[in-house]
Amino acid sequence: MASVAIGSSEQYNYDIVRKFTIMALIWGAVGMLVGVLIASELAWPFINFDIPYITFGRIRPVHTGAVIFGFGGSILFATSYYVVQRTCQTRLLSDALASITFWGWQVIIVLAALGDVLGYSQGREYAEMEWPIDLLIAVVWVTYAIIFIGTLMKRKEPHIYVANWFYLAFILAVALLHIFNNLAIPVSLTKSYPLFSGAQDAMVQWWYGHNAVGFFLTAAFLGMMYYFVPKQAGRPIYSYRLSIVHFWALIFMYMWAGTHHLHWTAIPDWSSTLAATFSIMLLMPSWGGMINGIMTMSGAWDKLRTDPILRFLIVSLSFYGMSTFEGPMMSLKDVNALSHYTDWTIGHVHSGALGFVAMISFGTIYHMLPRLWDTKMFSTKLINAHFWLATIGTLMYITAMWISGIMQGLMWRAYDDFGNLQYSFAESVAAMHPYYVMRMLGGAVFLVGMLLMLYNCFMTISQAKKVPAGGLAVGAA
Amino acid sequence: MIDHGKIEKNLGLMLVMVLLAISMGGLVEIVPMFFIKGTIEDVKTPEGVKMVHPYTALEQRGRDIYIREGCYLCHSQMIRPFRDEAMRYGHYSLAAESQYDHPFQWGSKRTGPDLARVGKKYSNEWQVQHLIAPRSMVPESVMPNYPWLLNTPLDYSDVGDRMAALRITGVPYSNSKEEYDRNVKDFGADVAKQLHIPDAQKNLIEQAKTGNYDGNPADVTEMDALVAYLQVLGTMVDFSKFDNDSFVKYR
Repeated sequence: MASVAIGSSEQYNYDIVRKFTIMALIWGAVGMLVGVLIASELAWPFINFDIPYITFGRIRPVHTGAVIFGFGGSILFATSYYVVQRTCQTRLLSDALASITFWGWQVIIVLAALGDVLGYSQGREYAEMEWPIDLLIAVVWVTYAIIFIGTLMKRKEPHIYVANWFYLAFILAVALLHIFNNLAIPVSLTKSYPLFSGAQDAMVQWWYGHNAVGFFLTAAFLGMMYYFVPKQAGRPIYSYRLSIVHFWALIFMYMWAGTHHLHWTAIPDWSSTLAATFSIMLLMPSWGGMINGIMTMSGAWDKLRTDPILRFLIVSLSFYGMSTFEGPMMSLKDVNALSHYTDWTIGHVHSGALGFVAMISFGTIYHMLPRLWDTKMFSTKLINAHFWLATIGTLMYITAMWISGIMQGLMWRAYDDFGNLQYSFAESVAAMHPYYVMRMLGGAVFLVGMLLMLYNCFMTISQAKKVPAGGLAVGAA
Repeated sequence: MIDHGKIEKNLGLMLVMVLLAISMGGLVEIVPMFFIKGTIEDVKTPEGVKMVHPYTALEQRGRDIYIREGCYLCHSQMIRPFRDEAMRYGHYSLAAESQYDHPFQWGSKRTGPDLARVGKKYSNEWQVQHLIAPRSMVPESVMPNYPWLLNTPLDYSDVGDRMAALRITGVPYSNSKEEYDRNVKDFGADVAKQLHIPDAQKNLIEQAKTGNYDGNPADVTEMDALVAYLQVLGTMVDFSKFDNDSFVKYR
């Protein structure tokens, strides 16, 4: 890879950021490709060609693992290392340790995917990896924590910048969640049984599962937002006080909301009600984050007309607001009685994942790339095209899932004039087909945008040696 | 007013406060569930025999195949207390029914129907044919074909080890005579026989033979195991022995 400055003579360690950024691009493309594949399998089941390794049940975790931990994880490593160095005005604690996190993380993603297709799975969503991989994750994560905390300790600026509060909470929370959710008794290298069972296991899994979303996919990406939105907009964060209030409220409340994944199941009613209550309250600190990010545009709204990167960042916050309104609504027990087990849940996940997480990552990568490789972006037009493909793809996806999800929920509970169930389950499956096709198309549109990004970034990096930076590379029309 | 600047300038203080903030939710919601008695219902026959018992060796192997193939990603195993679910699937699921499920497989999505009470709803032949080619039984289905289950012999060489590991997690499989006798008291003689780890392989082969789940009594295949597991789901609790609202008090 072309790089103008040699690693160790730079003030900061950007080599690690470059590495993780490239892998974020690759895992994003891979993960989204697998997503389109599994969407196709639901629309046209023959597409697995009876190959055991690519049946839906085995490769769905390849998709979730690649996009959450491969794409999301890599961009979080990249940006947290980038942001902590720049806001602390000090180099990372240790280049060697950072390298361990990079190579360790890539090995984890590959091993997890291999394990999934071979059927070595714990049977827990977003935590399918068997115990040897879990141990490797623990090693990498502790190393990550040491680097991040150690770098903060070396800071030249006495105040820890707000983005770092979010990254810190994310690192600590993920450690806590990972440890408790993966407690298991091994049988062999490839098989173990979780320590907990039944209702208690369900509580632990969804405490983990929801907060994987809350901290890995939300708090950490808000940290990203707090650095890259003001930087790209050239404006200060809207409100310091708001950032304080919503940070502490968010990290406190998120940990109580997990049980909303278990409404009306065999758990005690009180924990269900408690989770629903906290989920509704969670709307406030979530919107606090959205408001703080969007209002940072105060005095710079006109830039949205010309800067596609800013469009990615601000539109992602709009999707975040929508998603964090939808989530609390779906956490109400009566709404959940309809939505649980349906495609609406999938739609909700992807409005957050595509609309917020992916789009803010795209904006961030386009912001960082010219700076990391000391060059200009290959094509601003392609960034713009990507923005529209991402937005349209996301909207197609979630609209399809809203229709199919609510339709399923209503069909399952419909009665005929004689008080019998109106529809067989199979009839509800048949009704889903057109929306499964539409969802696949939405995902495909999103994937095309991702591939355009891959091309644009690859061309940018290749030309890096030849084309000088020339000041602020992107942001001008 | 709290001077937040003090926290921002003190990493140690920030670390402690973050850890405190993120620990509360789990402590309040999860820990009590291990100590509150009614969390797992006490479901016994009139004679005092526990109705819900651990899986037999063959059934547990089948469950491991269910997990391997990711069935939980499209099928739930958790019936909710709604009228339409009662009509479609049967009595809502009790916590007791999944108390030995390591991991729980309640599921979060119904691309296919709930399986909590699929046991004995369909014949073995139906189950086998549906697993090999779902659309031959349900034309609207989007489920993958699983023909290899019928052709793959079941590797049961480590079934004792699996049960031993589950025993460590708290599932009452027996290793010693004392534990065996305890199981006879708790679950009855027939079930206790199936839970004895030293007899695991013997029991597995015998159950596959007499059950003849896959239609081929000669070999023990993965299909035998999976169908044996599916056929036990939701069958352990005899709800006819209880009043309609007996279990509401546990919620």
